[in-house]
Amino acid sequence: MHIAEGYLPPVQAAAWFAVSAPFVVHGSRTLVRQVRRDPDSKLLLGAAGAFTFVLSALKIPSVTGSCSHPTGTGLGAVLFRPPVMSVLGGIVLLFQAVLLAHGGLSTLGANIFSMAIVGPWVAFAVYALVRRAGGGMDVAVFAAAALGDLATYCVTSVQLALAFPDPAAGFVAALAKFGGIFAVTQIPLAISEGLLSVLVVRLLTRTSGDDLRRLGVLPTPAEVRA
Amino acid sequence: MKRFTRTNLVLLLAVLALAVAPVALGLGSGDEPFTGADALAEQAIVDDHPDYEPWFAPIYEPPSGEVESALFALQAALGAGFLGYYFGVARTRQRQRSTAAEQPRE
Repeated sequence: MHIAEGYLPPVQAAAWFAVSAPFVVHGSRTLVRQVRRDPDSKLLLGAAGAFTFVLSALKIPSVTGSCSHPTGTGLGAVLFRPPVMSVLGGIVLLFQAVLLAHGGLSTLGANIFSMAIVGPWVAFAVYALVRRAGGGMDVAVFAAAALGDLATYCVTSVQLALAFPDPAAGFVAALAKFGGIFAVTQIPLAISEGLLSVLVVRLLTRTSGDDLRRLGVLPTPAEVRA
Repeated sequence: MKRFTRTNLVLLLAVLALAVAPVALGLGSGDEPFTGADALAEQAIVDDHPDYEPWFAPIYEPPSGEVESALFALQAALGAGFLGYYFGVARTRQRQRSTAAEQPRE
């Protein structure tokens, strides 16, 4: 989902920065507030960032015969809410743009929008919906992480189709083309990300129940009784 | 083996299977099978819009594929290292809490 350096026309690159900036600013404030209010959650916050760090570094083969990588942002979105992930995801993308020439500084705004904003929000919305519908924790986390991952790649496809409409058939054809490259490749990876996120949440439930209760992910004893 | 551990192992194996299956089934195609989707998208842009000039170049590019993969490995190692540290700390804390709960101070 990394749009390469220089591969968005300047105006569009700037527009994506303008769209992403408020989310990142709001996210930074939320992050600072979160750490102040609940210093004990710092370590878990680091772990959520670390999860994104690992998953977005792993390029995994897919059924389409190409490779792609998961995003790892769904887990953090479920634990800490999406605004925090706009910062953590942004840091990962900045690291990759500067050190790995993967993605780019000119396309950072667009890449943040897909991976650090839309992905986490979709993940959180799916999680909330499944939980409200009475779905279990595992199912909710799986669906959230998998669909958040997939949403990120769909946004990338739209961004590229907007920037590079098909010379003959326009936006829709370009969307189909980029969707074929990104979204279809991503399906098995999204499933993998869902499974890994479930694994981490299961382990967290074992080791860090107090943290999860404070964050509102697990019900407090009072809520259980009620 | 406890059910908790068994389920976790099944989750890991499923992820492994999903990653290995495309290679094992030989689904790769073209000159360079299993190339990155990002690179494919870049190629698609170049093919359809030959006059598009990327207007900004990366300020730093890893000098070779080896250095690049080293940096990717570093990224994964940092993340995995921190996750391992986190679970080590969390597990120890959990144990200390449960020991403290079992043996109340006199």
